Amino acid sequence: MSKGYIHSFQSLGTVDGPGVRFVVFFQGCNLRCKCCHNPDTWAKVGDSKLFEASEVLRRVLRYKEYFKDNGGITLSGGEPLLQPNFAKEIFALCKENGINTCLDTSGSIINNDVLALLDVTDRVLLDVKYTENSLYLENVGCSINLPLEFLGILNERNISTTLRQVIIPTVNDSIENINKLYEIAKSHKCVDKVELLPFRKICQTKYDEMNIPFSFAALPTPTKKDIEHLNSFLFEYALNTSPSV
Amino acid sequence: MESKNWIGFNKGLWQEEINVRDFIQSNYNEYTGDSSFLSGATERTNALMKKVEGLFALERQFGGVLDIDTATVSSLTSYSPGYIDKENEIIVGMQTNRPLKRGVNPFGGIRMARQACKAYGYKLSDKIEEEFRYRTTHNDGVFRAYTDEMRAARKCHVITGLPDAYGRGRIIGDYRRVALYGVDKLIEEKQKDKAMLSTESFDTEQIRLDEELFQQIAFLGYMKEMAMMYGFDISLPAQNAKEAIQWTYFAYLASIKEQNGAAMSLGRVSTFFDIYIERDIKNGTLTEEGAQELMDDFVMKLRIARHLRTPEYNELFGGDPMWITEAVGGVGEDGRTLVTKNSFRVLNTLYTLGSSPEPNLTVLWSKNLPENFKKFCAKVSKDTNSIQYENDDLMRPIYGDDYAIACCVSAMKVGKQMQFFGARCNLPKLMLIAINGGYDTSSNIHIGPQMPVLEGDKLTFEAVMERLDIYLPWLSHLYVNTMNIIHYMHDKYAYEKTQMALHDTTVDRFMAFGVAGLSVITDSLSAIKYANVKPIRNEEGYIVEFETTGEFPKYGNDDDRVDLIAKDMTRKVITELRKTKTYRNAIHTLSVLTITSNVMYGKNTAATPDGRKAGEPFAPGANPMHNREENGALASLNSVAKLSYDDCRDGISNTFSITPDALGKTNDEQIDNLVTILDGYFAKMAHHINVNVMTRETLMKAYENPEEYPNLTIRVSGYAVHFNKLSREQQREVISRTFHEAI
Repeated sequence: MSKGYIHSFQSLGTVDGPGVRFVVFFQGCNLRCKCCHNPDTWAKVGDSKLFEASEVLRRVLRYKEYFKDNGGITLSGGEPLLQPNFAKEIFALCKENGINTCLDTSGSIINNDVLALLDVTDRVLLDVKYTENSLYLENVGCSINLPLEFLGILNERNISTTLRQVIIPTVNDSIENINKLYEIAKSHKCVDKVELLPFRKICQTKYDEMNIPFSFAALPTPTKKDIEHLNSFLFEYALNTSPSV
Repeated sequence: MESKNWIGFNKGLWQEEINVRDFIQSNYNEYTGDSSFLSGATERTNALMKKVEGLFALERQFGGVLDIDTATVSSLTSYSPGYIDKENEIIVGMQTNRPLKRGVNPFGGIRMARQACKAYGYKLSDKIEEEFRYRTTHNDGVFRAYTDEMRAARKCHVITGLPDAYGRGRIIGDYRRVALYGVDKLIEEKQKDKAMLSTESFDTEQIRLDEELFQQIAFLGYMKEMAMMYGFDISLPAQNAKEAIQWTYFAYLASIKEQNGAAMSLGRVSTFFDIYIERDIKNGTLTEEGAQELMDDFVMKLRIARHLRTPEYNELFGGDPMWITEAVGGVGEDGRTLVTKNSFRVLNTLYTLGSSPEPNLTVLWSKNLPENFKKFCAKVSKDTNSIQYENDDLMRPIYGDDYAIACCVSAMKVGKQMQFFGARCNLPKLMLIAINGGYDTSSNIHIGPQMPVLEGDKLTFEAVMERLDIYLPWLSHLYVNTMNIIHYMHDKYAYEKTQMALHDTTVDRFMAFGVAGLSVITDSLSAIKYANVKPIRNEEGYIVEFETTGEFPKYGNDDDRVDLIAKDMTRKVITELRKTKTYRNAIHTLSVLTITSNVMYGKNTAATPDGRKAGEPFAPGANPMHNREENGALASLNSVAKLSYDDCRDGISNTFSITPDALGKTNDEQIDNLVTILDGYFAKMAHHINVNVMTRETLMKAYENPEEYPNLTIRVSGYAVHFNKLSREQQREVISRTFHEAI
């Protein structure tokens, strides 16, 4: 049984996948997004602890009563795809125990282990951070082709997918961007929902504690109204606020 | 027996004997639909409520008490009838002759009545002072019998909040009996019981019961007189819904005129009323709008109920509560849920009349409740923070399907069981007394077995537990004996004639003990076990502080290493309590519930090994200490759910505050997720939860500008309060509690 680095657990997750979810934050990330709100999960080891997949399962099982028909486990991070075998083991154990599995990822790593992980994944929350390659290169550090290729794989395998994007005023809050996002959703039938998340800066304290600069510190945050306005251009994807599993 | 007022009801055992449960089971209609049938407030209701709001505002302006009748001893017929607006009231009856005017009730103790008057700028009349010079009050009796050790335990606050100076409360009369049978029938049955008694040999028990029955019968008579003063003859069964509610309210009103018990709970009336409402609607004599209006008027009356308290009392039980607890929902033994349209209507009063702490609406939750009802409850919780939830699937196997909740979390079969209420003991203080060999450093009092202070530079788990194994049995024995005195004297000098007349003559009794500071002693023991706890001594050698270094698991993170310490502690306490015989052979029970007294208990307790500083508040009830939860809301709930209801039959209170965002993104999601959380928590066999859906910012704003938030209601510990009625200290404590936020 493999071990993996876990940053923390959140026993009540209601915003990372459908229903009530137990969220496991993986340690380590391959990207350095300028809008990132979890810089403490970047380092490969950081302050994390090593866990066995069976220990993670043991913890998840304590919350099974809360999952009902649509809740379950969500792996987030950090980037779970950096530890695909560990993630796969957790999901496989969860599926054996009838627990729905959800993967929150940037989709920027594709290899055989990742593909094997998808075999036991019920839903993916895919971060499509921007719809322009130039913005990806500037603010993420990888090409947009990676998440798009990943989405193609999800589509082939018919894995339910939620597209997510953090809306950052002056960077990606244009209607053209939302239109493009809509087109991406429309051209992949695996996508049943698109979520726009407001850019927030409460992570500033984390950057301060770690003594590293928060690149987007000076940017404004969107209002609820801004998000609602943009949502209206997502039509059927935005309306579906409670997707089926 | 037969009555023309019962036409249209299904026949049953209830006609042969006093049996409200059988009446309900034979006649109610379960409702599984949604809330769309509900009506809003009528113009009449709005106008009347406006008057009531005006009175509330005036009461606040007057410093919390609008008026006191200092010349009349509160009783069933001692005041002339009072009204809010006579022409426009549907349900009538006031505690005194005017709304919000408080009566004095010196039977529990004249000193408390005198001090309460004084605190609000009044003087208890010479007439009453004179009258009570020749009367023994409950308080007089208790202090005649208290031993020196009991006085010391009280003085150093290791046992606090004992009902030795006011009415004990926590007794629920079956007020529905008056509506279903009429008072004459109830008197007739009591007379039969009394006659039956005379065939037995008379010992102390029998003679006491015989005199009690005499009093019960007399007070049923006064209840009739009281109703007659308002123009109603309640000798016979109620003829319709309006009368059923009015008769029931009269019975409740009589009880709160007679008694100033800490908690004067209502029971389980909504579904009972529904039967009458359905009959009237079927007969064409009542509309949905009219039905809601009846409930609104009834609830309005409950909202203006008041007792006169001293400021010291308010420190323990903040917010001027009455605990008019009404149990809503639940499931019947035959599997049909007890949810009716009137279960919705009573919750709907939080919309028609606005949010409010009273009545203390308590949903008896079961996994089998109709989904529509669950969602409506979650919506009401989210909108008003005014309801609490208790696990019907856990209680029903023990209490059947006609139990209710007294105060916050105390279950009892309506009209068949009662309890002797008994405050709580301070566990962290007990631990400190134990390690100091029988000395309380915060009050400088020697108490309990005397032995050397624990030695060494590091506290060991074994040594501390060894000490607790000496001091816990000592305190438990003292606690039971203290309670025995209190309840003997209460029965003797302030017996609840009206409420007990609405019980079967033979009842089961509970003696309800309690603990405070469970999470503090638990985390302290965990620190001693898993980290390094160095005791710091004062000049006299007593341990007054601790230096704790290293990590230790904390209660509230779903970690068995520490959660099981809490569970074992409650088991130890109840096991020790059971070793001392109770007055009237009451069954020992235990609660983990503090009301708002956690602030007071903390204030009187020195620093503890968990890192809590001297004087800092405890967490309320069974809650983990504030902000020690690291794994989120459900981990915290799971920790509390591990406490065993078998050990804590008087209830395990958990107060849960969550921001709307942490429940989900959309309104529908938030409601669905709250339902899911409640289902999950109760599936873990947890007992109780108070739900607040709000942000800390809202409370901060209300703290800064109280006048702008007159109706802000928040669940605190087994009950709800108007935030602005709490003391500043209590408000700060509520603000400091954990709010589970979105990640």
